[in-house]
Amino acid sequence: MAKDVLPSTATPEAEPEKARERRSFWSRLPGILLRRREASMLIVVIVLVVYFQSSNQAFFSQPNIRTISQTVAPWAIIAAGEVMLLICGEIDLSVGNVFALAPFIMYFTYQAGLPIWVGIICGLLVSAVVGLFNGLVTVLLKIPSFITTLGTLFLLNGLTLVTSQGFPRLTPEVGVFNQIFGNSPYAEILWALAIVILTQIVLSYTRWGLHTIATGSNLLGASETGVNVNRVKIGNFMLCSVFGGFVGILEAFRITSIDPLAGGTAVMFMAVAGAVIGGTSLMGGLGTIVGAFLGTLVLALLQEGFTLLGVSAFTFDLILGGAILIAMILNVRLQLLREAGRQ
Amino acid sequence: MREIQTADVVRVEHIAKSYGAVKALRDINMHLRKGEVLGLVGDNGAGKSTMIKILTGFVQPDDGKIFINGQEVKLRSVTHARSLGIETVYQDLALINELTVYHNIFLKREKLLKPLPLLNNRAMREQAREYLKKIGVTIPSVDSLVASLSGGQRQAIAIARSVYSQARILLLDEPLAAMGAREGALILDLIRKLKADGEVSIIMIAHNYAQVLEICDRVNMLQHGTITLDKQVVDTSLGELNELVMREYRIGAANAQ
Repeated sequence: MAKDVLPSTATPEAEPEKARERRSFWSRLPGILLRRREASMLIVVIVLVVYFQSSNQAFFSQPNIRTISQTVAPWAIIAAGEVMLLICGEIDLSVGNVFALAPFIMYFTYQAGLPIWVGIICGLLVSAVVGLFNGLVTVLLKIPSFITTLGTLFLLNGLTLVTSQGFPRLTPEVGVFNQIFGNSPYAEILWALAIVILTQIVLSYTRWGLHTIATGSNLLGASETGVNVNRVKIGNFMLCSVFGGFVGILEAFRITSIDPLAGGTAVMFMAVAGAVIGGTSLMGGLGTIVGAFLGTLVLALLQEGFTLLGVSAFTFDLILGGAILIAMILNVRLQLLREAGRQ
Repeated sequence: MREIQTADVVRVEHIAKSYGAVKALRDINMHLRKGEVLGLVGDNGAGKSTMIKILTGFVQPDDGKIFINGQEVKLRSVTHARSLGIETVYQDLALINELTVYHNIFLKREKLLKPLPLLNNRAMREQAREYLKKIGVTIPSVDSLVASLSGGQRQAIAIARSVYSQARILLLDEPLAAMGAREGALILDLIRKLKADGEVSIIMIAHNYAQVLEICDRVNMLQHGTITLDKQVVDTSLGELNELVMREYRIGAANAQ
């Protein structure tokens, strides 16, 4: 089951072929790495960890592991939502601004005298409504989601700035809620892992996941078969948006303040970059949540590793840019290889 | 000879459909008997695909009546038509490249591990394998991605998917298009097998009259949104079908001058 959670773009092996597979494992390794993006990503992660640890013993220290986990968690959660959207052929650029808005909704609800959990629910509900709006405009008015969400990106940023009047607020102190939602050291990464695993199960093992792949792979075909492609798209817009709002709330509890300029395009682009590096196609139909998680982990390892080595942030951007380009070129090449192998 | 008394599973009367100023269908009267294979031929743009889309519930007609098994119905959606046993295999196949053969066969009627909302992949894989074996469709594996199959195999999977879903009225939109003779033979065999089983009735759009005369019981020609010929295959010939189309071209050419 654990192995099965890692989905494959490759053909699953039949049972009787197990023995043959074991015998020729090493000779087949290049093929597996070619086809299973998660496997090659895992090797990149291991190589980076070994390299940074050998360069600086502090890499594996408790504080640094915590820092890495706090860096990767928000990217990984948002990437999970973006992958679902990218697979069904859409993108959400506004998710980083839902990130900023949601904790303010929570804050204002709490200020109005309601319990904090009502505030959290209100924050998530507003996030869902933003996703619904993105989805409806994209699907019903046939505006490309790149444009729709570019609009909501600025709209939400303006909304957050206007309602907060540009001032940060202190996150309400309510004890156990703060601990669960991000204040205890590893709360955020645990949320991230739970969301990654759950979303991967939804993608690989539920009707919703199957219909999401079908929608992105063959939009007309899927709708002719009776898949409600509009509902699938709108649903995934809402999912992505809710993940964005949820991360914003987690971060508010962790940092203990709510910043109107938090999140934004930086976190959104990191999530999309992680998804792409992890093997998700921007053309739709192809991608995995676990791959995106590993992609964001690579980015977090690079960022924190270079920080530890004293390499400047400028160099990080150079490497990030290179990594995205190489990943995209590989994606296209591998796709061609796969198609060639089919004939 | 087929008995004349066999019940009509499909009957349409005075169907009309326009797209803006374009009259795709003017006045269509058609019927399909149980177990019959009806060939629907006609020039590009004659309205064949529109007629199929109406019968499958994907497009709603502006006017006219549809009777399924003697009952008048308004086909509201693909799902509604499907619930009445009508399935369509489109030209573009509606197969999902990035999914396996068995996921494609079970798309929109997935088996679940109840009470969990999870897919029962084992059951779907087994049933797909058994069913394809039964109707004689050979593919490398039901675990293959559809993208890895040949054109003929893809078409066979698409037809198998429709029949498997309890389809009793099968609409095939150019099942032999873009296919070599050997691949085409695969599909003709499959249609013959379905015909021999006698469970499904088939309307098939085709361009190749030789293939229509080979596989169909009856042929309807659609020209400019109306049916201009309705004959048993044994009562017509390649010559007659060609002559009808040539006459249409001659009239078209005369009007253009």
